[in-house]
Amino acid sequence: MKLNTNSNVYTFVYMTIVVIIVAVLLALANQALKPRQDANILLDKQKQILGALKVDFSQADPAEVYYTLVQDTLKYENAEVYVANLNGAIKYVLPLSGKGLWGGIGGYLALDEDKNTIYGVNFNHESETPGLGAKIVDMPFRAQFEGKHIRNAEGQVVSVAVLKAGTRAEGQEQVDAISGATITSTGVSTMLNEELVNNYVEFLNEKEVEDVESED
Amino acid sequence: MLSQKTKDTLLGPLNANNPVVVQILGICSALAVTVQLKPALVMGIAVTIIVAMSNVIVSLIRNTIPMRVRIIVQLVVVAALVTLVSEVLKAFAYDVAMQLSVYLGLIITNCILMGRLEAFAMTNNAWDSLLDGLGNGLGYAIILVIVAFVRELLGSGQLLGFQVIPQWCYDHGYENCGMMLMPAMALILVGCVIWVHRSLNDKEAK
Repeated sequence: MKLNTNSNVYTFVYMTIVVIIVAVLLALANQALKPRQDANILLDKQKQILGALKVDFSQADPAEVYYTLVQDTLKYENAEVYVANLNGAIKYVLPLSGKGLWGGIGGYLALDEDKNTIYGVNFNHESETPGLGAKIVDMPFRAQFEGKHIRNAEGQVVSVAVLKAGTRAEGQEQVDAISGATITSTGVSTMLNEELVNNYVEFLNEKEVEDVESED
Repeated sequence: MLSQKTKDTLLGPLNANNPVVVQILGICSALAVTVQLKPALVMGIAVTIIVAMSNVIVSLIRNTIPMRVRIIVQLVVVAALVTLVSEVLKAFAYDVAMQLSVYLGLIITNCILMGRLEAFAMTNNAWDSLLDGLGNGLGYAIILVIVAFVRELLGSGQLLGFQVIPQWCYDHGYENCGMMLMPAMALILVGCVIWVHRSLNDKEAK
């Protein structure tokens, strides 16, 4: 009995079977590995938040450090704020996301309790150019943000601008862009501006955070 | 131990018939993932596993594959394996998976794979195909590792993330070569590897 492997029926049945086998296999693998993957994604996020808080977790379990520091999450319409307790000082960590040159960029911005002074930042990116745009994750760029204010003298939220050295921002504080990575730098600037001025406006303009529960 | 033919199948791609420097296949990913040694190693291992396994699978089912859709069948096999490997990496080596990002998925389009499947697995038995896949995967990995070694050493003064160029050198005016981090340098380095490889093999031929 010799099958005609070139007939239309054979081809059709063959492909159907192959695709079904592959689909079942991949679905099973995905199901089996999902918990570990989710754990990794969560751990990565926690490490980044710790990075924004400038906590050194190289000697300890990052997850454990994270859970002792970050105890509360404030939820808003389209934003989430993590509340961290750093040796008695309250820091707010704001997740950010935006667009770079080749793909998405994101980050975490840690604010002091006055919701104005930047305590620390951490950036990440999907596929910025190594050696140029990818430098946003490095300390020299990130350190510039520390101590900057996201509000102007009148108390309005204006974000911080990322500008080419030598240019001046009107009515807001600024940091130096990365030379050779204009679009990524502008992306960071736009991300900060859009997130702070639009998405976090509710959180930032809230006068008092009710932390009655955490008192007792 | 191995016959001359199987030896050629396994070891040929490592040197005389290297997929990257002789056949000039898989250059794109070789440029992208060689900034550091670790992702290059993982990429090399991933490609080796995928070429070997897809070679075996395609070789086993080669007589049942309808000729008119054989490329599609090959692609389905490769795509399934690539997805599996990327899921496994995401579960067990998350940071490396993030570093390789899209290039892991793009193994599907790596010409080495399609080339080996079409040229070898479709006409040879499973054992030979396994050796051929391993040989070609390792041939690709070797070049990646050589290029990544130079780029990481000169570009960031590190190897596998550990600082190897001492602080003393930086204090005396040594600087990392930023050019090494750019993809263009990888192309030039691959060119240098090809140059060395050609001149060595020419001597042997004479």
